[in-house]
Amino acid sequence: MEKNKIDALNKAFQDKIDNEIKIEPKDYMPDAYRKTLIRQISQHAHSEIVGQLPEANWVTRAPNLRRKAVLLAKIQDEAGHGLYLYSAVETLGADREQTIDDLHEGIAKYSSIFNYPTLTWADMGTVGWLVDGAAIMNQVPLCRCSYGPYARAMVRVCKEESFHQRQGFEVVTQLAKGTPEQKAMAQDSLNRWWWPALMMFGPNDADSTHTAQSMEWKIKRHTNDELRQMFVDATVPQAELIGLTIPDKDLKFNEETGHYDFGEIDWDEFWQVVKGYGPCNEERVAARKKAKEDGLWVREAANAYAEKRAARNKKAS
Amino acid sequence: MTKQEALFEYLLRKADDSLILGHRLSEWCGHGPILEEDIAITNIALDLIGQATELYKYAAEVEDKGRDEDDLAFLRIEREYKNVLLVEQTNGDFGKTMIRQLFFDHFEHLLYEELMNSKDERIAAIATKTIKEIKYHIKHSSEWTIRLGDGTEESHNRVQKSVRDLSRFTKELFYQDEVDQILIAEGIIPDVSKFKVEYDKNIKAILDEATLELPNEKWQLDGGRKGVHSEHLGYLLTELQYMQRTYPGMKW
Repeated sequence: MEKNKIDALNKAFQDKIDNEIKIEPKDYMPDAYRKTLIRQISQHAHSEIVGQLPEANWVTRAPNLRRKAVLLAKIQDEAGHGLYLYSAVETLGADREQTIDDLHEGIAKYSSIFNYPTLTWADMGTVGWLVDGAAIMNQVPLCRCSYGPYARAMVRVCKEESFHQRQGFEVVTQLAKGTPEQKAMAQDSLNRWWWPALMMFGPNDADSTHTAQSMEWKIKRHTNDELRQMFVDATVPQAELIGLTIPDKDLKFNEETGHYDFGEIDWDEFWQVVKGYGPCNEERVAARKKAKEDGLWVREAANAYAEKRAARNKKAS
Repeated sequence: MTKQEALFEYLLRKADDSLILGHRLSEWCGHGPILEEDIAITNIALDLIGQATELYKYAAEVEDKGRDEDDLAFLRIEREYKNVLLVEQTNGDFGKTMIRQLFFDHFEHLLYEELMNSKDERIAAIATKTIKEIKYHIKHSSEWTIRLGDGTEESHNRVQKSVRDLSRFTKELFYQDEVDQILIAEGIIPDVSKFKVEYDKNIKAILDEATLELPNEKWQLDGGRKGVHSEHLGYLLTELQYMQRTYPGMKW
C-alpha cells in the first residue's frame, strides 16, 4: 500500500481511539496494535488458566462443604475467563493452540503471581483478596479498552473477579477472627503474598517498556504505579479492619498526598520470577504441558469421531 | 431398625456417593484434556458437592444428634462411609473418568426420576432440583463415551479397557438391604431392582453406539454400602479430612 494511504488509515484509526470509538475485529488497525493486543490478551488468558493450578492445589483439602463448593465455582470461572479471552485473541487472527504452545515453550508469559506456592488454606483467602483484588485494579479500566471484544469480555470477567475478591476477603476475615492458630495462619499468608501482589502491577513507570504506547492506544488507562497506589490505598484499610499487619515497615499514610507511602519492591525478585526462576515456574508450565500431552488422544478421538460423523451424514443425505 | 434410622442411613449412602465422586472429579481441576472439559468437569463436581450438601443437611436433621452436614462429610472414619465402590475408583485417564461417570449417571437418572415422586417431601424437592443436573451429566458422559469409543483405535482401546475394569462395580448400584426395604414400604424410595433391566438396556445402547462391549465375565464386587471399601478410599479421605483433623473444632 502507498505510504500516504497508510498514513491516512493510521490517522483515522487514532482519531477513532481519541474519540472513544471502539476498534472492532474487521476494522483497520496497525500491525503493532494488533501484536500488542495478541500478546496482552493471550497472556491474560494464560494467567487465568495457569491461575487454576494454585487453587486446585487446595480444592481436595478445602475445610468444609461450602468452601469446597465456592472454590470449585471460582476455578470454574477462571477457566471460563480463559475461554472468552482466547476467543478474543482469535478475533485478532491468532490461533488459540499456537498461543498455548508459546506458553508451553516459555515464549509467552503469564502473571508471575501464580509462580508462588499455595502452602496453607489461608492462601485461598489471600489469593482471592489480594491477587483478585490486584487483578480487578488492572482489569476494571480494561472494560474501557479501545479494542471492542476485549473490553466486552472484561465487563463479565470483572463482575466475577469482584465476587472472587469478596469471597477471598471473607475467608481471611473468618481466620482473622478465629483461634490464635487461624489468625497466625492468615498473617503468615499475608506476609508471603503482599509483596508478590504489589509486583503484579509490573515495573515502575520509568522501567515499563509498553506503557506509553498502550496508553496512547487506550489499551491501558493508568500507569503501573498509579494502579499499584490505588491497590495499596484500597487494601491497607481492609487489613486494618480485620487486625492483620501489612509486612512493610515503611508503610505510612501521607496526610499531604492523601495516599499511603510504601516501601521499595524487591525488583531482583520480580525479574527473577519473570525470567522463569520463581518457586513454581517449572511446575506450573510442566502441569499445563502434561495436561495437553495427556489429553492428546482425547482430542484426536474427538476429531476422528467428528469426521466419521460428518462422512456418515453426507452419505445419508 | 426404625424408619428414622433407615432414612438416615439411606441419605448418608447417597450423600457419600455424591461427595466422593465430586471429590474425585475435583482432582481434574486445571488438568483436563481441553479447556472446555476443565469447565465441564468442574461444573459437574460442583453439582455433586451441592447434592451431597443437601443430603447431609437432611441426614443431620433426621439423625438429630447435634451433628451438621460438615461433621457428617468430614468427621467419620473410613468404615462409616457408605458410598458405592464405583465412585471412589481413581480417575485414571479421561476415558476412565467418563466411563465411571457413564455407569453412575445412568443409574442416578433412573433413581432420581423416581425420587421426585417420593412421599418424603424433602427428598422429592432435592430430587426435583438434582434431576436437572443429572440430565446434563448423562448427556455429557454418554456423548464422550461414544466419541472416545468410536474415535481412534487408541481411544477405543483405552475406553474398552475402562469399561472392562469398571463394569464389575455396576451391580452394587442396585444393592438393597433392610434400609431399602423399610423405605420402599413407606413409599420414600423406589425399588431400584425394577429398573435394572432398563439400566442395562440404556448402558448397552450407548456402548453399542460407541462400538464398545461389556465383558463376558459376570464378576461383581460390593461392600461399599456396609463401609467395606477399596484401598483407594483411605487416601481420598486423608486429603478430604486434612483440615478438620488437623484443626479440630474450628470454623472456616
